[in-house]
Amino acid sequence: MEMKRTQLLGAILASVLLVGCASNDTVEDTSDADRIAAEQAADAEAAARSAAAAAEAEAVRVAAEEAAANLQTIFYFDFDQATLSADTREALDSQIAVLNENSNKVRLEGHADERGTREYNMALAERRANAIANYMIINGVARYRVETVSYGEERPVSAGSSESSYSENRRVELK
Amino acid sequence: MIRIALIVFTLMALTSQVSAQLIIEITKGVDNPTAIAIVPFGWEGGGIPKEDVATIIETDLQRTGQFSPVPKEDMLSTPQDKSEVYFRDWRALNVDYLLVGKLVPTAEGLQAEYALFDVYTQALVLEDRQTGSAESLRDIAHGISDRVYQKLTGIRGAFSTKLLYVSAVGRGDAQYTYRLLISDVDGARERIIFESQEPILTPSWSPDGETIAYVSFETTRPAIYSHNLRTNERSQLTNFKGLNGAPAWSPDGKQLAMVLSKDGSPDIYIMTVATRELKRVTRHFAIDTEPSWMPDGKSLVYTSDRGGKPQIYQVTLASGYEERVTFEGSYNAKAKVVPAGGGIIMVHRSMGRDHIALLDIERGKINILTETDLDESPSIAPNGAILLYATKVRGKGVLAAVSLDGGTKYFMPSRFGDVREPAWSPFLN
Repeated sequence: MEMKRTQLLGAILASVLLVGCASNDTVEDTSDADRIAAEQAADAEAAARSAAAAAEAEAVRVAAEEAAANLQTIFYFDFDQATLSADTREALDSQIAVLNENSNKVRLEGHADERGTREYNMALAERRANAIANYMIINGVARYRVETVSYGEERPVSAGSSESSYSENRRVELK
Repeated sequence: MIRIALIVFTLMALTSQVSAQLIIEITKGVDNPTAIAIVPFGWEGGGIPKEDVATIIETDLQRTGQFSPVPKEDMLSTPQDKSEVYFRDWRALNVDYLLVGKLVPTAEGLQAEYALFDVYTQALVLEDRQTGSAESLRDIAHGISDRVYQKLTGIRGAFSTKLLYVSAVGRGDAQYTYRLLISDVDGARERIIFESQEPILTPSWSPDGETIAYVSFETTRPAIYSHNLRTNERSQLTNFKGLNGAPAWSPDGKQLAMVLSKDGSPDIYIMTVATRELKRVTRHFAIDTEPSWMPDGKSLVYTSDRGGKPQIYQVTLASGYEERVTFEGSYNAKAKVVPAGGGIIMVHRSMGRDHIALLDIERGKINILTETDLDESPSIAPNGAILLYATKVRGKGVLAAVSLDGGTKYFMPSRFGDVREPAWSPFLN
């Protein structure tokens, strides 16, 4: 019953349309062409708009990437200390500004110099990584985006046993 | 447990039984080492023996610093049996003791028959046999060293024990290949237990010597693993956020003290290994790390910087009562309890240099044992006579040994890379 009514309505609609077409052939052609042209123009405009938006987003991303690439990613510490120097805070502020514009996750790897015991240095380097993580979180980076790992003294950048090597090794690397 | 109790009891009995001799020999050893002639062993098997048993015994005894072996080329005769000994040949060389022996094939493999003489009294001090498979000449040699050392010093020999240690070989850009290795105490028969491109540290022996625990970063984060050396079964024990470190087996082998920072700052926890159940021991915002069990298993010593600088503290497990143990020096860390009691070995910073020191807990006196710098990771031999530690010599990480009286020192040569984190096994036989 339901089916039959739908089919009937369809047939009536089709005949009305056919009648319309037969009586207004030329007019219909012109208006169709206009409509298609307008649609095409709208499509092109939308495409252009989205391309521009994409280009703009890309430019922002590239700029952010360039800015991030130029930012300091290694932060140094004093002997047996995990406090952030004024320079480190300033460098972190720039890093945080970029992080607040994107949703990237960061991994902070803490390191120590070779003086002192290995497990104590593991804890000390974790304290350094946490000091930076906490600074980022306080300044608006969501906690879930920041991962910390301590490598202690296991991955020295500089193999020597001089103060210059040690100061290079007491670091947190942002990755 | 019964076995451990038996070993402790036997050790105590032996120590007291020969303590008079012990004092005489060690005093003499420190000032003027005991001269001993170890005659090349006779060989009644076919072909040529794969190992020189006499030389292995000689280097074992020499390493203790208490013995000075007679060079083979100075020997006037080479007896291989007690019936062939002419004491005048050895008196002429001012030798205190003489060891002769031979290796005889048996149905099961080999048997070493040996005899130890006191050259001056011409007394037969020790006569024994040591058996093993044809492939176990080094075990036979270390077994003889153990018996001879115990007879002459009153201290149980630890020559048949094993060492664990970690090597790191640089591959550029702060990247290294790390290997966990096991060897005999003389460095022979070295074998890789585990290899990784990520750090490995803090190997620790279970008291029965069957299982080890260590920290590995193989997942790019630290985790504690246990590894059964007999079955080769390996399992990951922890996977917490933050630090997972410093595993140390309890004296009964059922628990593992460790450091976790999952609750904020590094604190000491105890895991019951069978159930993986965790119990928190310390609760402080400072660093608490490097737990080491007291022999009775009732308390732990550990490193904490709660007072501003790293110092050694002790916690009684039943009550949770914590007290500071060290007060002298700006840096005291990684305490290891001397098995016989009375003291702890630790890393002690003096004039900006890190040394291994012995702290007499009762007198509060610190005795610095080493002159090297950057000394760390002390591990005491199960007989309490000597300890191994890691240090740096000409920019290279090496293992070194020092006797607990400071009288004997030696280095363990490493073939490649930096070597660190020594862990001396318990007695294995």
